[in-house]
Amino acid sequence: MTASTQTTVFRTVDLTKTYQMGEVQVRALRGVNLELLEGEFVVLLGASGSGKSTLLNILGGLDTTTSGQVFYLEKDLTASDEAELTRYRRDHVGFVFQFYNLIPSLTAKENIELITEIAVSPLDAMDALEIVGLRERANHFPAQLSGGEQQRVAIARAIAKNPKVLLCDEPTGALDVHTGIVVLEAIARINRELGTTTAVITHNASIANMADRVVALSDGQISSVDINTSKVNAGELQW
Amino acid sequence: MLKLDRKLLRDLVHLRGQAAAIGLVIAAGVATFVMSMCAYKSLEATRASYYDEYLFADVFSATGRSPNAIVPRLKEIPGVAAVDTRLVYDVLLDVPGMSEPATARLISIPDSGQSRLNQVYIARGRMLDPLRTGEVVVSEVFADAHGFVPGDRVRAIINGKVQELSIVGIALSPEYVIQVQPGTILPDDKRFGIFWVSENDLEAAFDMAGAFNSVCIRLAYGNRVDETIEVLDRLLKPYGSVGGYTRDEQISHQYLSDELAQLRGMAVLAPAIFLGVAAFLLNIAISRIITQQREQIAALKAFGYSNFEVGAHYFNLVLVITMIGTVVGIGVGFVLGDAMVGAYDAFYKFPSLKFRPDWLSVAIAFWLTSVASLVGTFFAVRSAVLLPPAEAMRPEPPPSYRPSLIERILPPKTLSPEVRMVVRNITRRPVKASLSVLGISMAVAVMILGNFSLDAMNYMMDFQFRLAQRQDLTVTFVEPATESVMYEVQNLSGVLASETIRSIPTRIRFQNRSRRVGIMGVEPDAKLFRLLDADENPVRVPDFGVMLNTKLADLLGVKIGDLVIVEVLEDKRPTLTMKVAALVEEYSGVNAYMNKQRLHEALLESKVASGAFLKVDPNQIETVFSELERRPGVGSVSIKDAAMKSFEKTVAENIMVMRSFIIVFAGVIAVGVVYNTARISLSERSRDLATMRVVGFTNGEVSIVLLGEIAAFTIAAIPLGWMIGYALAGAMTTGLDTDNYRIPLVIERGTFILATFVVVASTIVSAWIVQRRVTQLDLIGVLKTRE
Repeated sequence: MTASTQTTVFRTVDLTKTYQMGEVQVRALRGVNLELLEGEFVVLLGASGSGKSTLLNILGGLDTTTSGQVFYLEKDLTASDEAELTRYRRDHVGFVFQFYNLIPSLTAKENIELITEIAVSPLDAMDALEIVGLRERANHFPAQLSGGEQQRVAIARAIAKNPKVLLCDEPTGALDVHTGIVVLEAIARINRELGTTTAVITHNASIANMADRVVALSDGQISSVDINTSKVNAGELQW
Repeated sequence: MLKLDRKLLRDLVHLRGQAAAIGLVIAAGVATFVMSMCAYKSLEATRASYYDEYLFADVFSATGRSPNAIVPRLKEIPGVAAVDTRLVYDVLLDVPGMSEPATARLISIPDSGQSRLNQVYIARGRMLDPLRTGEVVVSEVFADAHGFVPGDRVRAIINGKVQELSIVGIALSPEYVIQVQPGTILPDDKRFGIFWVSENDLEAAFDMAGAFNSVCIRLAYGNRVDETIEVLDRLLKPYGSVGGYTRDEQISHQYLSDELAQLRGMAVLAPAIFLGVAAFLLNIAISRIITQQREQIAALKAFGYSNFEVGAHYFNLVLVITMIGTVVGIGVGFVLGDAMVGAYDAFYKFPSLKFRPDWLSVAIAFWLTSVASLVGTFFAVRSAVLLPPAEAMRPEPPPSYRPSLIERILPPKTLSPEVRMVVRNITRRPVKASLSVLGISMAVAVMILGNFSLDAMNYMMDFQFRLAQRQDLTVTFVEPATESVMYEVQNLSGVLASETIRSIPTRIRFQNRSRRVGIMGVEPDAKLFRLLDADENPVRVPDFGVMLNTKLADLLGVKIGDLVIVEVLEDKRPTLTMKVAALVEEYSGVNAYMNKQRLHEALLESKVASGAFLKVDPNQIETVFSELERRPGVGSVSIKDAAMKSFEKTVAENIMVMRSFIIVFAGVIAVGVVYNTARISLSERSRDLATMRVVGFTNGEVSIVLLGEIAAFTIAAIPLGWMIGYALAGAMTTGLDTDNYRIPLVIERGTFILATFVVVASTIVSAWIVQRRVTQLDLIGVLKTRE
């Protein structure tokens, strides 16, 4: 299977984004043109402040653009209103955040059920926990879980709705090497077994080795796109 | 249960301290509202059915000896549905075991065995047999005050002759739900009673066969009462009518109406204060929760929860707190309402006064609290709804601080870093700071509002009964007494000083307004009965013209110098045009006064007196009493001290109960505001505080940052609370300004001090609860977590 025959899931055209941060104006993206293909595992690489999180948020329908266009399966997300974006996120997108963003007052299982309750064709919450290897931790609250476990619950929550795309923002950013690898393995397994288009953003270059394609961002622009010919397993990563 | 609702419940458990504080403020408001509304409805419904069932009259008129032959003509007056004519006399009683005389109002019962209007409800015993002589039915409060039971006997001095009456029944009447002796303003159960006796007995005793001296009329629906009264007055004028009046001027009815108006006022004011505070507290609490849950909101939205679902989630949290507060408030309101109705039962006499839950007000309470809390939290929740998920994902930018004005004025380094933090925190959010101050000041205001009535009443009693009226006894004569009678009374042994008065029933008109009012002719240099202005200075009785009390002047719309028309409703009935020469201050009744000598001249009469004020040697007071009882001309004797004491006792008991509730409610507001503010400061600053602890600040220094703000708010709130309390008290005195009594706007220093004390104490307690958490700060944990 070559890249040219695969469906394009995301396509961005001259994407720019400027936002206000307190009293400072931030130009996060300045003309990004990018395509993501179905089933692909893409790593977006860049230093802190390179605009990669902004890009991911726009792809996920969390943020709006200042100019340019974003297409999801040829649907123009920039032309969608709030309600359509909500529906898009609800039905198509799974998110994993650097700081997990679990609801602290709900147990692991309840955090997943919070999402499956509103999804169209969800997995069973316990099955989702099984995929990330945390079935036995189902009734623990976030505060009772380690960082790695919390992130795996967050991954289980993201995939439990059976999303078309899985967007991960620095999923290992707050984790040590060992737990980071466990988490990346979980993400890679989902990409492999469920065929979910996966985008992972990181500032950690070694993670790029497990991707199909590596997109490097710096200062709000794409600086390079590399196809990784020697994909390795998460367990073989070193950083 | 949906997982989002489960989150709500767990958030609620987490917030329990704050939620409880807010819920209590709501509960206090709802409780006061439900209590007043239920008491209002109970009293109103009971009164309405009592009036209906026992045919309480709409129009009343006292008259001279009027022949029964005129009754058919009274019945033909347009708008009249029923007419009752009767004999009414006030007589002195000789009650065993009581040296001072009591006054009984004798009311005739016709041969049918029941009055045609203002029917008598027999509580115990039986109705008198109209064909037997010497039977009497006694009003319940008087009987209870003396321990009378059917079968007891009582001696009355009827038209100069001592007559023994046999009590056969104890009764109530819609005309005397509260018994206040005419000419006085306070009920005195022991010394004034209503006696129903047979018409035959009264006719015989007063030589009134075939005549009446009192008329009651019940109106048909939809008639103009003014016209009815006009015709009635015209018909009775030749017989000495002193003018008809409506229920509005009937004392018992007035008292009840005043009470109802007071309850309605409370039902409006209480929710306005408490729910306003609750809305503010919910606002700050929900704003804080939303800030804390920024990232949770982001996650919910990222996974496709809609803005509506997120908004509803937070509104639900608000509504759960509100509903719990409301339900508790309704329960407490029922209990308090029941207690209030119980207190009324001791004061107002109905055949049966029972607490009735008013479900409409319960529904209104739910509606009011929901609206107040949704309005209060609307903007906070809207900010959560509108928060773009990507922005929510990022940590909140550091809040912008600026050196405050105070720092710029003061030389650098005057303020310690802790104080600077406090000052900058306050000045960064001036609206929130002002609302916090306002909230605490409402607690002060509620305390003042709740307690000032006692001050006002004390002042009123003092003004009226110690400064103005300095007599011990007020004696009224059955017929205007001649100089010889006056001389006799004045020279009784034991009477230290005396002043005679001449009072006449009149109707005073000014332009299109008129008022039935007694004019009292007083001696110009009176020492016992003095007329005062608002500053407590005696007002000299002018040689010419009439003096009105300020309420009457207000009702008629007159000022000093205006000419009023005075129709005298007695004897030769002259109509006089008089100048308003002075105004006097009185806190009860509507009264007019003039120079007694001029009054005699205007009436073309010799020196006669309708009554006298006596100052009596306390050691000889019993002799004076027995002398007065022996004199046939004496119609009634009222004893100032006794009336005051019994009234003060009744009122003091009620006020003490009310006062303790008000202290609790004010404390609830103070704790609610202070605890919430401090709790939120702690949560907003726990990172800063932990950082300070890490770099070596002591717990005490850190607490300054946390509690300095609260202290500043409280200090600012106290004088503001005094002012708001004073203003609200002023509004309340205006609202409760009735013909019966006015409440002077007098607030003692002690009330301000008590209000301040309660609020400061509540502040200290809540600050202490929050401060304990400073010592429990998880220094490392706090620094690790991302806010």
